[in-house]
Amino acid sequence: MLPNWFNVWNKENPTNVYGPAILVGILGGAIFVAIMIVVWGQPAATSSLQTGPRGIGMAMTEFNSDLGTPDPDNALISENEPYIPDGSEALAKDIYSNVQVLGDVTEDNFNRLMGAMTEWVAPDQGCAFCHGDGDIETYGEDTLYTKVVARRMIEMTRNINEGWDGHVNANKQVGVTCMTCHRGQNVPSEIWFKIDPVNEATAGWPAVQNRATPLSQYTSLPSNALEAYLLNYERIGVHDLESRVKNEPGDPLIQQTERTYSLMNYFANSLGRNCVLCHNTRAFYDPEQVTPQWSTASQGIAMVQEINNDYLVPLGDVLPETRLGPMHGDAPKVACKTCHKGYQQPLQGTNMIKDWPELATTGTPVYQ
Amino acid sequence: MIEYQNIFTQVQVRGPAEMGIDNENNMSAERIGTPWFSTLAGWVGNAQLGPVYLGWTGMIALATGLLWFNIVGLNMLAQVGWSIPEFLRQFFWLALEPPGPEWGLRMPPLNEGGWYIISSIFLLVSVSTWWLRSYLLAQQHKMGKHVAWAFAAAIWLFLVLGLIRPILMGSWSEAVPYGIFPHLDWTTAFSIRYGNLYYNPFHALSIVFLYGSVLLFAMHGATILAVARFGGDRELEQIYDRGTASERAALFWRWTMGFNATMEGIHRWAWWFAVLCPITGGIGILLTGTVVDNWFIWAQEHSFAPMYDGSYGYENYGSYEAFVGQE
Repeated sequence: MLPNWFNVWNKENPTNVYGPAILVGILGGAIFVAIMIVVWGQPAATSSLQTGPRGIGMAMTEFNSDLGTPDPDNALISENEPYIPDGSEALAKDIYSNVQVLGDVTEDNFNRLMGAMTEWVAPDQGCAFCHGDGDIETYGEDTLYTKVVARRMIEMTRNINEGWDGHVNANKQVGVTCMTCHRGQNVPSEIWFKIDPVNEATAGWPAVQNRATPLSQYTSLPSNALEAYLLNYERIGVHDLESRVKNEPGDPLIQQTERTYSLMNYFANSLGRNCVLCHNTRAFYDPEQVTPQWSTASQGIAMVQEINNDYLVPLGDVLPETRLGPMHGDAPKVACKTCHKGYQQPLQGTNMIKDWPELATTGTPVYQ
Repeated sequence: MIEYQNIFTQVQVRGPAEMGIDNENNMSAERIGTPWFSTLAGWVGNAQLGPVYLGWTGMIALATGLLWFNIVGLNMLAQVGWSIPEFLRQFFWLALEPPGPEWGLRMPPLNEGGWYIISSIFLLVSVSTWWLRSYLLAQQHKMGKHVAWAFAAAIWLFLVLGLIRPILMGSWSEAVPYGIFPHLDWTTAFSIRYGNLYYNPFHALSIVFLYGSVLLFAMHGATILAVARFGGDRELEQIYDRGTASERAALFWRWTMGFNATMEGIHRWAWWFAVLCPITGGIGILLTGTVVDNWFIWAQEHSFAPMYDGSYGYENYGSYEAFVGQE
C-alpha cells in the first residue's frame, strides 16, 4: 500500500513512536479538558455563602445543581386560608363533645384544621386514623391512642410556636405545624430511640461507641449523644475557659468531647451544613467568635429537650408497643433532623404557620 | 548490553545466598531461615530474603506483640458477638478502648478496660524489647546506635501518649484507643478538648519537622537518583574522589541555593528532622491538659492568636433565600 521507498526507509530508521504518542496524548487531553472547562464552564460548579470574617474558610459551599433543586417536600404544602370570625360564630366546644384543646376555635376553623391534620398526618387513613370507623357521634370518644397523642401534639405545636418563637421564627415568620415533621406520614421520619449499648462483651464508654449506627451518623463516635444531651440535659461544653486551670473530678475529658463531637456532627448532618454555620472552628467555645445561628441552635437544643421530656417521653405510656423503641421500649423522640430533614431551614423557610392562627398560640387564636 | 540500574533493578544478582559474616559473638548461630530470592523484592531492594537474626529480644518482642494484637482483635470480635462478617464490616469502627475516667489509675474489670491495660503491658514489653534488639544488633555489628536512638524518639511519643501523660492526668482513660477510626476520634477530641492543638507551639514544631522531613527526603532522594547515572548511589567510591557523582550533586545544590550538605551531613539533617518530629510532638502532648488546658486562650495571652475583623453570621454577606435560589 505504502510506496516501497517508505517501507525501506522506515525499516532502516526504527523509531519509538509510543513514548511521544503517550506524551502528546496526555498533554493534548489535558489541554482539551482545560479548554472545555473554560468554554463550557465548571461541570460541578459551586456557590458559597460566607458566614464569618474573610480568609478563614467560614463559608457554606453547595453545588449549584443542589441549590437549584428545591426541597421536594415544599410541594406538600397547600394554601388554606382561615375563616376570619366576626364573633357570632359557634365555637367548637359548644358543638362537639370532649374538645379539650381547640374548644375556643370557631366551628369552621375547627373543621378546617381537622381536615388539614388528616392531610398532614394520615392522608391515607383520613378521620378514622384518630376517630375510628364509627359515626360522627362517636368522634368525641378517646378510644384510640392516636387521638390522645394527636391532642398532646397540638398542645406541643402551640407551645413550640409560642414558647420557642426565638427558634422557629428566628429569621422570619415560619412557625411549625404537624406537617413540619410529619410530611404526610403517621410517624415522622428521623425520630430516634435509645440504642445503646451498641457493642457486646463490654461495658461503660466502650459499650456506647465504635459502631457504625444511624445515631452515630455512621461514625465511630458515641451513639448516645442525643440521649445524653437532648434528653438527659448533660453539659455539652467541654472546654476550660482559662489557659491553665486545675482539673476537678467530673470535668469533661476526651470521652465527653467525643460525645459532644457526635452531637455536633448530628447537627451538621441535620441541617446539611458544617461547623462554620455557627462556629469559628479555631475556638469552638468562644462566644465572641460564633454566628447568630449559634444562639438559634442553642435555643433549638433547649426546645428539643423540652419536647422530649415534657411531651414525648410521657406518651410512652399511651403508645402501643409497635410505636416504641426496639431495644428499650422507650417512646419515640425528636431531634434537629426530625424537623430540618437535612435543610438549614425546614422546608427551606416556607411560612408554615400563616394559615393557622389556631396553632400559633396557646391562648385564643388571633385572626388578621 | 546488560545494565545494572538501581531504579527497578533490571538485572537482579543471583548466586549462592550471602550468609553474612560471623564474629566472636557467634551471631550466625542465631540467624535462622534458609535464604531465598524474590524477584518482587529485587525490584525495590535486595532480592535475597533471609536469614533473620531473631535472638531472645526478637522472640520476646514478637511473642508479646502477637499477644497484644490478638487481645485487641479478639476483643473486637467479641464486641460484634463473634460474627466474622460483622467483624470485617465494622473493623474500621471497632476498638479496644481504655478504661473509663471513673477508674482513674486502678485496674478495671476486663470488659471495662482491663483487657486494654493487659494488652498495653504486652505492647510495652514488645516495643521495648524490639528497641533493645535494634540496640544490641547494632552493638554486635560494632555500629553506632543511631537507629536505636531514632526509634527511641518514636517510643518517647508512644510512652507520652499511653503511659506518662495518663499517669500525670491520673487516669488511664486519657490513653489512646486501639482502633482505626476510634484513634482518629481520640485525636480530634484531644485537640478540641484542649482548645485547639494548632495553637500549641510544640505541635507546630512537630509539624515543621514532619514536613521538613518530607522535604529533605524528597531533596535527598531526588539528588541521589539524579546522579545515579554517574554511580552516585555507590557512596563508598564517591566520597574519596573529586569529580564524582557526589561532588556533582553537591555542586548542583551549592549553585542552586548557595549551600550544600555533604554526603555525611545530609544524613544528619535527615536524622535530626526525623527524631525531632516525635520528640517535639511528645512534649506538646505532655504539656496538654497537664500544664496548659486551653491552647487557644494560651495563644491569645501570648499574642499570637489575633482577633479577626469582620462580622459573624451569613446575614452580613448574603441571604439564605438568595442562596437557595428563592429570589
